[in-house]
Amino acid sequence: MITLEHVSFRYSSGYLALHEIDLSIQGGDFVAIMGENGAGKTTLAKHLNGLLKPSQGRVLVDGEDTRKVSVAHLARKVGLVFQNPDHLLFSETVKDEVAFGLKNFGFSPEVVEKQVGRTLEALGLAEYADKSPFLLSGGERKRVALASILASEPDYLILDEPTIGQDYQQKERLRNFILQLYSQGKAVVMITHDVEFVAESNPKVILLSKGQIVGKGSADSVLSRDEMVNRASLVKPQMSRLFGELTKYGLPRDVVDVHRARILLEDKLGEVKAPVAQNP
Amino acid sequence: MLIPALLFASVWVMVILLLSQLPLLFIGRVARRWALSLRAGVFLSSLIFVVNFFTGSVFSAIALTLRFLVLLTAFSLFFMTTSPDDLGLALDRIGAVRWLSRKWLGYPNALSFTFTTAVRLVPTLAVDAQTVVDAQRSRGLELDRGNLLRRIRNYIPILIPLLLIAIRRSLELAEALESRGFPGKEGRTSLFQLKLKRGDYAIIGISVGAIAVSIWIFLHYRVPVF
Repeated sequence: MITLEHVSFRYSSGYLALHEIDLSIQGGDFVAIMGENGAGKTTLAKHLNGLLKPSQGRVLVDGEDTRKVSVAHLARKVGLVFQNPDHLLFSETVKDEVAFGLKNFGFSPEVVEKQVGRTLEALGLAEYADKSPFLLSGGERKRVALASILASEPDYLILDEPTIGQDYQQKERLRNFILQLYSQGKAVVMITHDVEFVAESNPKVILLSKGQIVGKGSADSVLSRDEMVNRASLVKPQMSRLFGELTKYGLPRDVVDVHRARILLEDKLGEVKAPVAQNP
Repeated sequence: MLIPALLFASVWVMVILLLSQLPLLFIGRVARRWALSLRAGVFLSSLIFVVNFFTGSVFSAIALTLRFLVLLTAFSLFFMTTSPDDLGLALDRIGAVRWLSRKWLGYPNALSFTFTTAVRLVPTLAVDAQTVVDAQRSRGLELDRGNLLRRIRNYIPILIPLLLIAIRRSLELAEALESRGFPGKEGRTSLFQLKLKRGDYAIIGISVGAIAVSIWIFLHYRVPVF
């Protein structure tokens, strides 16, 4: 379990990035951290594996205070995947790239090879194993970065904006993958702006704004609350907006499909096209 | 400051120069940042002192260490009080720079632009370096592990991504510049016009005078080390 107790963090420039954060993450959790740009999401993520140490309060990873142990020690348990794969790719082949972390953690060559193979397979990268990571597309590089962290099977996986640059199919794969991980008892924490992805995956949502937690709860409950969504400068998911409109016009909400909802709204509004029918 | 400091190797000259720099630091309001860079210079200046102590005399060691401090202060003064943008603009106004730039690079403002960009990218690169270090540490890299050779090798995973990011960024910058019509036409105007005021002429006069006097002293007298 990762526990944050009254964590505040101030950068040396004096900027207060996190203020009194209380949070706990345990195996089997799937948490999405959302919030406006500069809300402190990445700063929070860097606290989970000890890259940043709290100015006040403390962070415990399985009972160990992050100020007292090394990042390398924590990295075995807490895998943090950075947003931009270009910040970590350096090897000649995808295979070597994925093996890098495992070698750092001191696994035997046989284990390294086995884990690399398994991870590449799982992320659909097996065919690129001997290619240079720099020749891959942006989305593929992002998956190599993910694979390089996943290979050591951390108990806690922190993903910074994993859906950026991924097409719909890849997002779907990622979702299934995350589902698989947390049903195996691992914890997955995801920093994201992707409301649709969150709405469809239904994790627990933690809404950050200006370094403070302003909302906590299931995706449905947080993302359907206007005041919270606006505070974190998000736009509600389409589904939520659609049903918001139904309520607004006093229409039944027990419809099961989008088309039916649209018909109901269009009937109500007569010839005027329902605003929700136009996708942004 | 630079020229007299390099001409003479005398304790007294260095003390005078250093003392004359101090009020400038306060006028420029950079005394605090200067103190910080001084702290970074402690190692190098003690090295200079030790090396010169064993190869020369105590006085020449003191003089050369002070010379280092004078140079450090002079550079600090210049770069801490002058914004790189202004410096670029100023370079762009110097006929010789424009002429050289046209000769070498084909465009009169290419050289000053290169300078401004280079200076401007340093802080950006520093941010990138920090992110790369964080990313690799998250993969279990320990920079200060192992013997000296191992420690140098530890930096490979930092340097390669950093280099690639820099190259990629410069290519993107080139495309962005081209798509916006760089270098433009001859006679490009600038939003901020730098003008030499009376004070600037006075400073230039004093500097040229000081250089002339120090060269004259250098040629006619032998200044003792102490």
